[in-house]
Amino acid sequence: MNKPLERLYNGIIKENPTFVLMLGMCPTLAVTTSAINGIGMGLSTTVVLALSNLLISILRKVITDRIRVPSFIVVVASFVTMVQFLLQAYVPAIYSALGIYIPLIVVNCIILGRAESYASKNPPIPSLFDGIGMGLGFTCSITIIGAVRELIGSGTVFGLHLIPIKDVAAGTHGYIPVSIVVLAPGAFFVLGIIMAIINRVKLNNIKKGRKVYDTSGCKESCFGCPHSMICLNSSSENKIINSNKANE
Amino acid sequence: MKTVLVVTLGAAIVNNVVLSQFLGLCPFLGVSKRIKTAAGMGGAVIFVMTLASLVCSIIDKFILKPANLEYLNTIVFILVIAALVQFVEMFLKKNVKSLYNALGVYLPLITTNCAVLGIAIKNAQTGYNILLSTLNGTFTAVGFAIAIVIMAGIREKIEFNDYPESFKGQASVLIAAGLMAIAFFGFSGLI
Repeated sequence: MNKPLERLYNGIIKENPTFVLMLGMCPTLAVTTSAINGIGMGLSTTVVLALSNLLISILRKVITDRIRVPSFIVVVASFVTMVQFLLQAYVPAIYSALGIYIPLIVVNCIILGRAESYASKNPPIPSLFDGIGMGLGFTCSITIIGAVRELIGSGTVFGLHLIPIKDVAAGTHGYIPVSIVVLAPGAFFVLGIIMAIINRVKLNNIKKGRKVYDTSGCKESCFGCPHSMICLNSSSENKIINSNKANE
Repeated sequence: MKTVLVVTLGAAIVNNVVLSQFLGLCPFLGVSKRIKTAAGMGGAVIFVMTLASLVCSIIDKFILKPANLEYLNTIVFILVIAALVQFVEMFLKKNVKSLYNALGVYLPLITTNCAVLGIAIKNAQTGYNILLSTLNGTFTAVGFAIAIVIMAGIREKIEFNDYPESFKGQASVLIAAGLMAIAFFGFSGLI
């Protein structure tokens, strides 16, 4: 497989940012009230991710190590501002549905994580495709979550009525939407159950002796590791506990 | 007075930053294993968010608005927050040793906390004045601290429970967060 294709496959399936790496949880929970919002958020993130990966990769020899994080942030924030204006001008419905989560793409850990771990070390073309692959992986997973929530919570997918809805006024029988699923608690439940299913698949694979992608990704230190905030194995919390002990 | 009450109660409890706005989920899921570390994280977030809301609203009012540069607020705010956190860390390390020992390790983690940037942008979009922005920042962070400490308490308990292996780790935490979000829904009649 050649390099660009391999990066696309890697982003969408092998290292899917939501289901495998568990990055970018805030937008995943917040905007997945419907499938169309998921697509909007996913594609905006994809555009930012691809362009910022490309630019950071072009500039990788210019940016010195000490100032790399602020420079990455400036690059990402500029692209986010552009995307924000484009959405506001051409798809105002999506813009108002996503609201504050568009500027917050800047702090989406997927983007800084990819800049740090891939784009700053690799040539422009693979970096661009890495961004597109990761972005499409993110888009697919949040669209799926959005579709599931929309189907259970309001009986539609992409606004299309797939199952007959119970309507007391018209006297029709059918499905009664579980509206809590599109509200805030539903986001936690749906994602919790999806994670449990993924864990289940993973446990089965381990039992059968298949190779499992290690989500903790702890090869070296936790510094600069995009997972350090969410890593349950060690990282941030243990570091904090250790340094508390050292202080005492 | 009424506005102040509505802003503070709304920020801390009714529109809880984690449970209904989904901001700051990474530390909420990652640093909520023990009540002690959760409380430390909560304290550090209150400290940084108050400062960041104050500084960002001052910059917004006196630099960005007069120069008609509001569209740059995402870039400016994130850089200001990152610089501020670094600066606070250095200042505390040199001058307030005891506070640094209590909060220092959490400070670098907060730069990536989307709640801090989220609140700064929200303040600018809603058009709060400097006082209300700062109050909003402080009490949003108080809401974060409440949520993360309760979560840590729950996790310390469920650690000893017997539940399916598939739900170990993040999955059980997310389900517990969902139940907490339902509980916080009860406050929505308050304002």
